[in-house]
Amino acid sequence: MTAAHHQLDARHLLCPLPVIRTQDFVQTLQAGDILVVLCTDPGAINDIPAWSRINGHQVLETSEHDGEIRITIKVCSPDTGNPAE
Amino acid sequence: MHETMSNEPRKAIALISGGLDSMLAARLVMDQGVHVEGINFFTGFCVEGHTHAIRKKDRKKQKRNNALWVAEQLGIKLHIVDVIEEYKQVLLNPVHGYGQHMNPCLDCKGFMVRKAYEWIQANGFDFIITGEVMGQRPMSQRRDTMPVVARESGAGDLLLRPLCAQHLPATLPEREGWVQREKLLDFHGRSRKPQMALAKQYGFSDYAQPAGGCCFLTDANYSAKLVDLWKARGERDYTFDDIILLKIGRHLRPSPGFKMIIAREEGESRFLAGYRYRYTSLDPQSHAGPLVLLDGNPAADDLQLAARITARYSQGRDAETVDIQVTDPQGTSRTLTVSPIPASEVLPEWHV
Repeated sequence: MTAAHHQLDARHLLCPLPVIRTQDFVQTLQAGDILVVLCTDPGAINDIPAWSRINGHQVLETSEHDGEIRITIKVCSPDTGNPAE
Repeated sequence: MHETMSNEPRKAIALISGGLDSMLAARLVMDQGVHVEGINFFTGFCVEGHTHAIRKKDRKKQKRNNALWVAEQLGIKLHIVDVIEEYKQVLLNPVHGYGQHMNPCLDCKGFMVRKAYEWIQANGFDFIITGEVMGQRPMSQRRDTMPVVARESGAGDLLLRPLCAQHLPATLPEREGWVQREKLLDFHGRSRKPQMALAKQYGFSDYAQPAGGCCFLTDANYSAKLVDLWKARGERDYTFDDIILLKIGRHLRPSPGFKMIIAREEGESRFLAGYRYRYTSLDPQSHAGPLVLLDGNPAADDLQLAARITARYSQGRDAETVDIQVTDPQGTSRTLTVSPIPASEVLPEWHV
């Protein structure tokens, strides 16, 4: 199965709203899907990876350029923490 | 809901604020073999990293969401729930009134436990944990008000307070043996020493200890700004943007018709710039200075006064004139050349 790629625009939202939007969006995705979250709140660069770790999702990449933060998450199964094959 | 298979662990949801007490309460129950997950409610008034993220001087400080940090320390999942809209009714019409400022603590606790109760019903969990300690808070954590929270939330005896359970009647999780009551605690009063000792025992350090609690509504200055907003608008209501802007900048109300939100430094100017599409803004052009937003309905004379005040807070405060660009929410700009208002004419009562 080919992983679907999605993007979430959480720019100009203050923490924890980027985390909440990410959480709610991920609930609509399938294990193995890739989600790119765009944010501007500097707190998100810690908070979204922390949320991903405790919920068993994998952060593939984080980057920051001109105040814009880009976090790439691989959605994993909520029960096993494994991405779909 | 309680007829889970006997070999499956019972499941509890813990209200996680990000502070120490809820962290300890969750851990105590986890130690009894219960599956615990966390829930955190975002009301918009939570003291989190907002202003730290905005102000430049705070940018080097570590930024973390304390509820997420607690969940990670405990190794549990955390569900963060946006309750901004629903929370309005709690703040605007609290059945039990306000505390020292605009904090409706008893209604707030009842609301959050009710939301947690709805959550466990929807998700097949067995009971609710809070980090309340009898006698610790003057409004919501008293012997006579703790039963009110359990009753009015609907949670009843599914609400377990592990840190002070020995002072309370046995709840269903205790009576059914899902948790052993004798392993729960008897903390009471305002002293933090028992919690700190238990934290040390568990090896928890670097936990958050906000001096004024975790809510802006317990802050006198913030509450005064909120009341001013309602008074000026003639109605008790707010938007999410309103309550965020109350946390930012210097607020001056030179006349009943409008309020100035004056950035205190570069980070705040940058943040306020994101609201220029909603508010008339003033921006010094001839000298460095803060971005200013005008809330309300300023008349032409008001704009002139606001420009003079803006000039006062710019690097041109001692210049003869300062050019201030005034931009309406539609993006139409014009420049006012004004003399900065003398410091003596900035009246103390203007400061909100």
